[in-house]
Amino acid sequence: MLKFAVVAHENDNVATAVKELLQGESVRLDIGGKEHSVTLHENVAFGHKFAIALIPRDGKVIKYGEVIGHATQDIPIGHYAHVHNIVSDRGRGDLEVKEQ
Amino acid sequence: MKLYGYKRENGAVGIRNHIAIIPASVCALEVSKRVADNVEGAIYLENQHGCCQIGPDLDLTAEVLVNLGKNPNVGAALIIGLGCEGVNTAKVAAEIATTGKQVEYLIIQENGGTMQTQARGVTIAREMATRLSQMQRSEISLSDIFMAVECGGSDTTSGLSANPAVGYASDKVVDGGGISMVSETTEFIGAEHVLAKRAVNEEVGARIIKFVKDCEAKANSMGVDLRTGQPTPGNIQGGLTTIEEKSLGCTYKGGSRPIQGMLNYADMPDKKGLWLMDTPGQDIESITGMVAGGAQVIVFTTGRGTPTGSPLAPVIKVCGNSDNFRKMQDNIDINAGTIIDGEKTIAQVGEEIFREICEVVNGKYTKAESLKHREFGIYKMISTF
Repeated sequence: MLKFAVVAHENDNVATAVKELLQGESVRLDIGGKEHSVTLHENVAFGHKFAIALIPRDGKVIKYGEVIGHATQDIPIGHYAHVHNIVSDRGRGDLEVKEQ
Repeated sequence: MKLYGYKRENGAVGIRNHIAIIPASVCALEVSKRVADNVEGAIYLENQHGCCQIGPDLDLTAEVLVNLGKNPNVGAALIIGLGCEGVNTAKVAAEIATTGKQVEYLIIQENGGTMQTQARGVTIAREMATRLSQMQRSEISLSDIFMAVECGGSDTTSGLSANPAVGYASDKVVDGGGISMVSETTEFIGAEHVLAKRAVNEEVGARIIKFVKDCEAKANSMGVDLRTGQPTPGNIQGGLTTIEEKSLGCTYKGGSRPIQGMLNYADMPDKKGLWLMDTPGQDIESITGMVAGGAQVIVFTTGRGTPTGSPLAPVIKVCGNSDNFRKMQDNIDINAGTIIDGEKTIAQVGEEIFREICEVVNGKYTKAESLKHREFGIYKMISTF
């Protein structure tokens, strides 16, 4: 089957596009063996991610079943998820400077 | 497939038979290059350091040069020093010679300068070339193989296809009694708990966590977000959002076998199995460290494509997606994008990679090797003084 997006682990709240996906497109997903469908709110480029569950502001972003960072704003289902709305929790020397 | 390699005096096995021309310092680099350019089978190492370094940083450069000379892919070595640098040329030569392979050295200041040192170097290396050309490969086993894995120019497909497929091949080498090695401590940040769980014992697990915490603390001491450099701008353009995401995807290339230990940069494993090495995420310094550790062959995954090779070990490139495999066809050996295209499984591509490793062990040139990609860089702990 030709894949359009991949969900690496059944606990993930993001999927990775493996082709150029367009706004309004309904994308079929295999999540832990079950078929789901997500309608895209905006274009998602090849290799980039979109939310497959509502990720609230400050909520954990999960991929590979592990935390990859947290959301800086609500990311509703079907919305593009990347550096504009996700920050890292690690290697944050900038935050240590602010604490001082 | 039967495997064939060069059996060395100390029992180590090489899959190539290079003459390594090793400059003790950057001051001997040009003469080393000229010697290598004139002799078939000779390869120089582009050492940019070796002088005006202090303490452990100087010791590390010397250790890297020694261990590269000891790499079993090196059949004979010629060390060239200027004569006044921090790295001791004669000592480097003597330490490499403990392997039993032929090692000679020359000091530029004691040989009349550039042209006369070059002439003597070419004479020595030419004699080495004649001798090495007469060596035959003999049958070896999978347990003689030491592969190292690397990833660079990653995008989100690296972690979904190329890395798991290489992990499959890594497991096969480990199960066959060989060694596999994973490096790039920066790219363990956010995945260290996953790796620590796979350690052979608690001590090794704690060591993995400590290396990663130390690496993160060093980055944090700069007072900036690591994301200014890791993930790289290209990684981010490719869809990778945070270092945690990059790291979790990276770890798949090391397969699933127990982790025997985490080594310091350029150190050699003392038993078979899967190992980690503490290196930066920068590909060239990472590969140089693992080749110094004894790796014979590198399997390098990418999403965006990269041309990098290594002077002493063949580098096999595996791309995570079909588009960039086509766009970077000069440099990529294997397309793991077939997994994402739904044409092949991870195991099928993993078998393809394993077969390629065996063929490369037996002498097949990788693309990086044919194109003479010989990128080289030694990790430095502190600045030069």
